Amino acid sequence: MKNVLDFEKPIIELEAKIAEMRKYEDKLQIEEEIKILEDKVYQLKKNVFQNLSRWQRVQLARHPERPYTLDYIYMITDDYVELHGDRYYGDDKAIVGGFATIDGRQVMIIGHQKGRDTKSNLYRNFGMPNPEGYRKALRLMKLAEKYNKPVITLLDTPGAFPGLEAEQNGQAEAIARNLLEMSRLKVPIIVTVIGEGASGGALGIGVGDRVMMLENTWYSVISPESCSSILWRSWEFKEQAAEALKLTAADLLKLKIIDRIIPEPLGGAHKDHQKTANTLKNILIEELDSLVKIKSDKLVNLRLEKFAKMGVYEE
Amino acid sequence: MGWFKRSKENISPESQKFDIPDGQWIKCNSCSEIIHRKQLELNAWVCPSCDYHFRIGSGEYISILFEKNSFKECDPKMKSGDPLEFTDTKKYSDRIKSTIKKSGLNDAVKTGLGMIGNKKVSFACMDFRFIGGSMGSVVGEKIARAIDRAYNEKIPMIIISQSGGARMMEGALSLMQMAKTSARLARLDDAGLPFISILTDPTTGGTTASYAMLGDIIIAEPKALIGFAGPRVIKQTIGKDLPEGFQSSEFLLEHGFVDYIVNRKNMKEKLSQTLEYLKK
Repeated sequence: MKNVLDFEKPIIELEAKIAEMRKYEDKLQIEEEIKILEDKVYQLKKNVFQNLSRWQRVQLARHPERPYTLDYIYMITDDYVELHGDRYYGDDKAIVGGFATIDGRQVMIIGHQKGRDTKSNLYRNFGMPNPEGYRKALRLMKLAEKYNKPVITLLDTPGAFPGLEAEQNGQAEAIARNLLEMSRLKVPIIVTVIGEGASGGALGIGVGDRVMMLENTWYSVISPESCSSILWRSWEFKEQAAEALKLTAADLLKLKIIDRIIPEPLGGAHKDHQKTANTLKNILIEELDSLVKIKSDKLVNLRLEKFAKMGVYEE
Repeated sequence: MGWFKRSKENISPESQKFDIPDGQWIKCNSCSEIIHRKQLELNAWVCPSCDYHFRIGSGEYISILFEKNSFKECDPKMKSGDPLEFTDTKKYSDRIKSTIKKSGLNDAVKTGLGMIGNKKVSFACMDFRFIGGSMGSVVGEKIARAIDRAYNEKIPMIIISQSGGARMMEGALSLMQMAKTSARLARLDDAGLPFISILTDPTTGGTTASYAMLGDIIIAEPKALIGFAGPRVIKQTIGKDLPEGFQSSEFLLEHGFVDYIVNRKNMKEKLSQTLEYLKK
């Protein structure tokens, strides 16, 4: 089976069996049996998905059939004008963005973009931006500020690209600059982690007035694999590292790093793109409508205070 | 232990470039010159024969840069709270305890107020020997407060970075310290107040990708390792060896990310000279 995670297997096998039985439903009068099996699948799904380990959530966040930024843009917006380039160096394909309309509201929408197959993944650099990606994002945000449009960012990256040119062209400076400029941008910013939120590469477009995560995503300072290789000196401890890092939406809500968890359909976002997009759309509209009422000076102050509160220490 | 094993620690590559070893006579890591401790101290811990910069801590930087007895430390007691109850091969809380005991520091940054020449400045200096100078909640909060002091007293902010990046054991909380400190620097910038960032060996990861790269003026010590991703990770990604001098201070100067490189012996003088221009 293609693109099926281990813990999805029993569910998908049962679903396939039901589909098979449906073919003979009329001839054999097995409606009852099908009903029983369907209940069983539902219970099984509920059981599996309510008890996911942190590592399993990481796997779901990386599921190759999950909706990506452009899928959401397509499903959520009525109109979209994609804009390209950082005006200094190039156009990074791992970050996309442009003006869009959501239910009559004009916004700037920006996100990391992964590819779905080898070819598109190479084109998108697996969703790992170079400095020009962060600089493009900043240019678009400044444009949004100039025309008073709220900014929506969608985070989904395995990390900023650790390459030779990326370093040479100032990967660290590009991310740092975005953190500073986003923290004082005069229009509302709503951030949603839609897949992987890996470290500075994610945060580089992740400073905002509302920070939200889809239910089966992760957000942390390092990926479980890299954490395992550094602290355990082996790649084998990724499950333990995922547990230790407390990187799920529920963890981050508890740590007061995010404001809200966006529920996914039972079985994960990849099982029903449209349903996930609708939920996200409704929540974005709700947050947009409340944030646009706040005056820009106050908005910037509230944003500063929001991040000022993050951290746990003893005195 | 086998009879052939080297027992002296400073022979292994890991221990090189670390803090000054004990004893009166110190061997330079670069040219192997034997130097007397007092001489090295008077020379700002720079080798008199080859200009190798020994890695030093916040205490040494304070004595090099500040007028005698002018530096007042702030928030010295702040300690990490282990919010994730993090455990790898060792409990984070134990790691903190033993590092505090070993280093005599409470976390990886020292902050305070003091005089450089006749100028009062708010100052923060990181310490690599505290868990690789990593930035967790304590480093983020202390630096944020130091920036607030600069903002409130309308004085310049100076940060010396020396860090492997964000601290893994505090997960996303460490990551958010990057946003927290950068937001405070934005406010300082809006108020028209100066921020000078000094990069020393090594400055990498989340530290570089936040305050370290946000100075009005960015200064580096010679031959420091400065970058976002570590050299090992980049080497793995591109599958070949890195060019000579990649991610060095000189490399960053060449590519436009550092204003100037300064020998530590001249740092105070150059800093004072620069500060003279950063006012209206």
